[in-house]
Amino acid sequence: MKRPARIWAILVVAGFAAAAGAQTATDGRRSGFADMSPALQAIQRDDMSNPAMLWVAEGEAQWNARAGNAGKSCADCHGAGESMRGVAVRYPAFDAKARTVVDLDGRIDRCRNEHQRASSPAPESRPRLAIAAYVAFQSRGMAIAPPTGGSLDAAAIAGEALYRQRLGQLNLSCAQCHDERAGGSLAGVAIPQAHPTGYPLYRSEWQGLGSLQRRIRNCMTGVRAEPYPFGAPELVELEVFLMRRAAGMAWETPAVRP
Amino acid sequence: MPASAADYVVTGDAIERPLEGAIGDAARGRAIVANRTLGLCLLCHSGPIPEERFQGNLAPPLDGAGSRWSEGQLRLRLVDPARLAPDSPMPAYYRTDGLSRVAPAFAGKPILTAAQIEDVVAYLATLREPGAAR
Repeated sequence: MKRPARIWAILVVAGFAAAAGAQTATDGRRSGFADMSPALQAIQRDDMSNPAMLWVAEGEAQWNARAGNAGKSCADCHGAGESMRGVAVRYPAFDAKARTVVDLDGRIDRCRNEHQRASSPAPESRPRLAIAAYVAFQSRGMAIAPPTGGSLDAAAIAGEALYRQRLGQLNLSCAQCHDERAGGSLAGVAIPQAHPTGYPLYRSEWQGLGSLQRRIRNCMTGVRAEPYPFGAPELVELEVFLMRRAAGMAWETPAVRP
Repeated sequence: MPASAADYVVTGDAIERPLEGAIGDAARGRAIVANRTLGLCLLCHSGPIPEERFQGNLAPPLDGAGSRWSEGQLRLRLVDPARLAPDSPMPAYYRTDGLSRVAPAFAGKPILTAAQIEDVVAYLATLREPGAAR
């Protein structure tokens, strides 16, 4: 009787370890997922009810569709979408040709311009979010693994300085809420730790998909600051810093949030 | 209506004289405190305003503020709290300098006007701890 009980205990422990996955359970970092209602968590977990999967499906169609003056599809160069597994967890990255740091959306847009010779869809437009969601979805479950290097290290330092800078008429920094007061209640809403584990993600408040840049700009508007424009180096620097801060946590794209 | 340190005199940890000589009204002050897009107070603080259900817990409750502080002390804590606690997240409600990237719609404007601050001071002064003498 004793032995089966012990085996059962081992299985339970192994199960917890697997559930914790890439996210270390001991360091106190929490994805916003952990603080959502069980109902919302269930929606994210179930691909048939996760509304963000509509964008992923649209992104898959884009992946295989020929576009631009070059008449090429993503698949013509990259092959199957699964070849993108592991890409999203290491962006932003240094683009050697452009000699600048780019986030995943920026990288895809450069590919579109240079290889498909197609024009850029507007920031946050449906085609732009759909292809980013499809590519990022390929890394679901992987550990966030930001690369290092001179330009990226400099971007991370700049990003951290921005994270700690007080902004706007309300004169608040990201860190004052998301480091120093995470878990507290802002008008009844729990302040998350701001780990970018699931972008682009579906937010009920938006009734749609949005990027991490959109989320950061929302916060800037909230403190009555002038938001950095989409694609601004400052937003990419913040992304670099936030991804390093979330290193090792599990990738969730496409996530769902309230 | 520029707001600057020239508009008031700080004595110790207080501004004793009402801003621009305005006379505060506690009922108007209560409405400003309860208003989430004007006073913004209940985003971070809780207070004895039961009809506002979703209140913050990031800062001390407003209950009893009038027992803890004089009107002059409350006034400075609204006008420019960084003078007393530089790292406090509490915004300066009557300061327009030393800020970064203020959105154009708010540039050069304090969060509240002098008259509104006097209303809030008048309201907060009515919030006494039960049994506290002052």
